[in-house]
Amino acid sequence: MAIVVRIPTPLQKLTAEKPEVTAEGGTVQEILQDLERQYPGLKERLCDPTGKLRRFVNLYVNEEDIRFLKQEATPIKDGDELSIIPAIAGGSDA
Amino acid sequence: MSFIKGLRCRECGREFPAKAIFVCEYCFGSLEVDYDYERIHGRLTRQLIESRPANIWRYRELLPIDGDPTVGFHTGMTPFYRADRLGHALGVKELYIKDDSVCHPTLSFKDRVVSVALSRAKELGFDTVSCASTGNLANSVSALAAHAGMKRVIFIPADLEMGKVIGSLIYAPRLVAVEGNYDEVNRLCAEVAARRKWAFVNINIRPYYAEGSKTYGFEIAEQMGWKTPRHIVVPAASGSLLVKIRKGFKELHKMGLIPQPETRFYAAQAQGCAPIVTAVQEGSDIIKPVKPKTIAKSLAIGNPADGYYAADAIRETNGWAAEASDEEIVDAMKLLAQTEGIFTETAGGVTVAVAKKLIEGKRIPRDESIVLCITGQGLKTQEAVADHIGKPIRIKPTLSSFEEHVKL
Repeated sequence: MAIVVRIPTPLQKLTAEKPEVTAEGGTVQEILQDLERQYPGLKERLCDPTGKLRRFVNLYVNEEDIRFLKQEATPIKDGDELSIIPAIAGGSDA
Repeated sequence: MSFIKGLRCRECGREFPAKAIFVCEYCFGSLEVDYDYERIHGRLTRQLIESRPANIWRYRELLPIDGDPTVGFHTGMTPFYRADRLGHALGVKELYIKDDSVCHPTLSFKDRVVSVALSRAKELGFDTVSCASTGNLANSVSALAAHAGMKRVIFIPADLEMGKVIGSLIYAPRLVAVEGNYDEVNRLCAEVAARRKWAFVNINIRPYYAEGSKTYGFEIAEQMGWKTPRHIVVPAASGSLLVKIRKGFKELHKMGLIPQPETRFYAAQAQGCAPIVTAVQEGSDIIKPVKPKTIAKSLAIGNPADGYYAADAIRETNGWAAEASDEEIVDAMKLLAQTEGIFTETAGGVTVAVAKKLIEGKRIPRDESIVLCITGQGLKTQEAVADHIGKPIRIKPTLSSFEEHVKL
């Protein structure tokens, strides 16, 4: 099934400047593979050479951090949204 | 005159121009300001610094602006002093407090970072500033942007303490209360930042903003007589302050202004939101995010982006990390108030409580210099202590009523 994926500014050069694209797959992992198929080069930006998500990349399914779900194995269903967001800090007291 | 060389990725080292960008296009690592240290060396002397006004800009060469500063002329150079009564209570010989509960103008160390961020945002041509905040940053951006004549849009979690809400609204920002926790507010802002041409101080201006925290470290070194303590306990939310204090010490050393720092860094977090403590105590390379649950709302960041760097700094300096429960936080706030006369907010309670724990657990020795970082003001979080500090003694306006009820 196809879902909407929100692409952060630093990666929009790879998606022809599109901030939102669609991708297909039953899990986050499969969505990432489909993104790579459509937009070659995207995966190596999100994942380190061993294939693991880089530590400063945060993925959210419907606003929930996938680290609170099943990481890359998190299931995806119709109507879900996946956001790719760089880690950000600050705003706190320290 | 600019001493900025550019921005550099903290992960892969790629270089970028000094614009309003914050992540490496290639690996998503965060960007950090790189300076022309060779030109600063020799030019920035102790005498020059000491001759300048008592605010953060006395270290201007090591701060990320091109021209003259425009914001924050009364910010910084907060009190630093020996805290013998608290030291006695904790059973240590040489204890100091760096007290940003009285930082100008909004009573937290955030005034440092915001002064730097707004000065830089103006240079980069922005007329609107914004931030995601747990409260102190909201206050600081609201106030300093008002004074700087900039438009301001502030995002906060909807459940913030009333003191922090009022402390923003008085400066008439567009204040947006988001129904979610800080991490959710932050994520929303990251997405808004991509759509609006605003200077988000803790997002697209973050590389500059974060540098402002170094001034807290610069001042400690200067106020100690151009040296650094053996131990320093720092409250940690994103972990940025701890990392930047250390960077500040290193830079002063590099510029020949202080001896080689031998400071051990200790992170203080609240139980219920201690992802950095967990990583340090378990020796883990991974910072596992948590859903915050603590009265220390200003430290309630479950997904700390500088957590890796903070954990690295702690390991490299042979420091440690510990957490404090809500009850310990309140007790520590009272202890600080009743020994040193400082009313700090919950984050300061976390710092004092964790210091006590680390001293009792022999992680910090009792006979070496220790600095506690107090970063915020207790009047902003009165809810946290209101039910734990007793009540006034109520009497009639007569001497007999006084004699009957008031006994010392």
